[in-house]
Amino acid sequence: MARSITYREALNEALAQEMERDESVIVMGEDNAGGAGSPGEQDAWGGVLGVTKGLYHKFPGRVLDTPISESAFIGAAIGAATAGLRPVAELMFVDFMGVCFDQIYNQAAKFRYMFGGKAVTPVVIRTMYGAGLRAAAQHSQCLYPLFTHIPGLKVVLPATPYDAKGLLIQAIRDNDPVMFFEHKALYDLAGPVPEESYALPFGEANVAREGEDVTIVTLGRMVHTCLEAAGQLAADGVQCEVIDLRTTSPLDEDTVLESVEGTGRLVVVDEAHPRCNMATDISALAARKAFGALRAPIEMVTAPHTPVPFSNALEDIYIPDAQRVVNAVKTVTGWTR
Amino acid sequence: MTDDRIVPVTMPKWGLSMQLGKITSWVVAEGEEVRVGDDLADIETEKITGTLEAADAGTVRRIIARVGEDVPVSGTIALIAPAEVGDDALDAAVAQARAVIDAGVPDDAAGAPELQTADVGGRKISYAGAGQDGEVILLVHGYGGDRNSWLFLQEPLAAKYRVYALDLPGHGTSAKDVGDGTLGVLADAVTGVLDAVLISGGADRAHLVGHSLGGAVALAVAAGDPGRIASLTLIAPAGFGPEINAGYLRGFADAQTRRELKPVVGQLFADESLVTRQVVDDLLGYKRLDGVDEALHTLLGLLLDGDHQRTDSIAARAAIGGTTPVSVVWGVADRVIPAAQAESVTGAVRYLVDGAGHMPHMERPAQVQAAIEETIARAG
Repeated sequence: MARSITYREALNEALAQEMERDESVIVMGEDNAGGAGSPGEQDAWGGVLGVTKGLYHKFPGRVLDTPISESAFIGAAIGAATAGLRPVAELMFVDFMGVCFDQIYNQAAKFRYMFGGKAVTPVVIRTMYGAGLRAAAQHSQCLYPLFTHIPGLKVVLPATPYDAKGLLIQAIRDNDPVMFFEHKALYDLAGPVPEESYALPFGEANVAREGEDVTIVTLGRMVHTCLEAAGQLAADGVQCEVIDLRTTSPLDEDTVLESVEGTGRLVVVDEAHPRCNMATDISALAARKAFGALRAPIEMVTAPHTPVPFSNALEDIYIPDAQRVVNAVKTVTGWTR
Repeated sequence: MTDDRIVPVTMPKWGLSMQLGKITSWVVAEGEEVRVGDDLADIETEKITGTLEAADAGTVRRIIARVGEDVPVSGTIALIAPAEVGDDALDAAVAQARAVIDAGVPDDAAGAPELQTADVGGRKISYAGAGQDGEVILLVHGYGGDRNSWLFLQEPLAAKYRVYALDLPGHGTSAKDVGDGTLGVLADAVTGVLDAVLISGGADRAHLVGHSLGGAVALAVAAGDPGRIASLTLIAPAGFGPEINAGYLRGFADAQTRRELKPVVGQLFADESLVTRQVVDDLLGYKRLDGVDEALHTLLGLLLDGDHQRTDSIAARAAIGGTTPVSVVWGVADRVIPAAQAESVTGAVRYLVDGAGHMPHMERPAQVQAAIEETIARAG
């Protein structure tokens, strides 16, 4: 039985084990050594929410605190990756992507293709996403659909401590640029994690719960919301299969389609805004490739098409909750022509 | 006051960390006669789905645990009693059992025992023990397995014995380095754990139980130091004939995904429905640990010479001689190593198990437990 550690500790352990294993792995970003409220590098708080804590002293010279200039240090990380290092750069909030997006989508994502497969860009960009921390409109968004749209990027969203460690190790060992999304509300979540290193392959969804009646496809923090809903529904005799995509690029289409072919009913739950998000993407996939199996229209549960509200009360109803998932499942199970 | 003619059927403890089990279906109904070894109910735990076999014969008079209900380990789930026992006595026993089920798992219930480790030649070897008194048993798993493959046996045996299970090098939570992958590396690890458990148990001899590759390892350990081995129970041991399912072994080593692994693992069992998603996910979790892929491929060289067995246990069997009791247990439906090879284990009492494949200790644990206990009894 593996010991239990938090999502934050699992990420830290993955970084430490890979830095130990491979000298070319470096960490860089705003406050990666120091942190919020700290005097700086010397207290080595390790990032705004403590994920890189302790690495600065453990790996001298390999944890770089950068200026507050994403365009500079994300670009530097990508350049260093093309020159032989394996940088793990921290884009503190994904909401800040705007100032470094060219380096990501038009440079890193294109190198392998434009240089005929001869260039590799083994960079990992870790970033926080999601609402729930009272951080308002500019620090709470779920922008992973924007990155999923771009060929040449891999996009990873661990939902559990076990997945956080195994997917981050895979991201570091991967030769392509990886966008690694960490939900702020998951850092304190604890779960079993082996002490040894292990890599989880990309493009393999996790069936977090098995069931025959309805397929719920989800990702990131919403996995836990859906498991809560599935538990409530089971008490009413409705068995939901909860699929955690784990990575949106590459996407494990087979696991989604096999499940929908078994249940005939699909609910997709995504914390991102409702237009052009993972819910629409998965819905389109099922509608095209499992149309014959569907016994009811597909339901989507998402945040509304608004910025994340600053008001606590509004933010709480903005985030999809288990009740909305339960309602959507009841809609598809109760549907008649 | 409980009538002592009433025999409770209890929730088994499958694995050291199990606290609750859930009946997914009852195979028997009230009023039915059961014999020892008959299937009673299908039970699901956090880790595994299995079938509970009857440990006692008689008439099932009451079924207490409902399908879908969580029952604490050792909680009474049904009652077996002769027809003479009256309804009042049965109802009283049901009420007691019901109270235990409704109370659930106590908050201070002990979790898994602390995993112990031994340093053997610079390798960390993990093992876990159960049971307070009695003779020492050491369980040695097979290729790709770990100490948890004994989950249906370790706790039941612990009622009478001190039962230890280890993780061989390259497996479970032990060191993943298997060196040159010889039988000697694995046997040294077992000897190292044996030293540790005999000292802590104040015993000078132990009973070895080995499955498949672990059977060949147990034989090598016994041949090296027969004086410390009180008896030997070999379950589908490697090394008693040329035939082996090389496709299974290579498939297990090579499988990278759930889709690749599931059909391979299915070949281990007579009843492939035992291979749940959880079983496959746990195996994949193990296979994805750093160093495991290399260890499994290195050990293939120990097991296979082309498509035949490289392992030869005949000489080790002969070296142990005739005084140490030896038994061999084989699933009739074994698709990895054919059960006919049981004939080649000279001087052994043979137990052929119907309805079981290569994992009789998982598919028919009650029969394997009985075989182990009879073998231990022969040691006197």
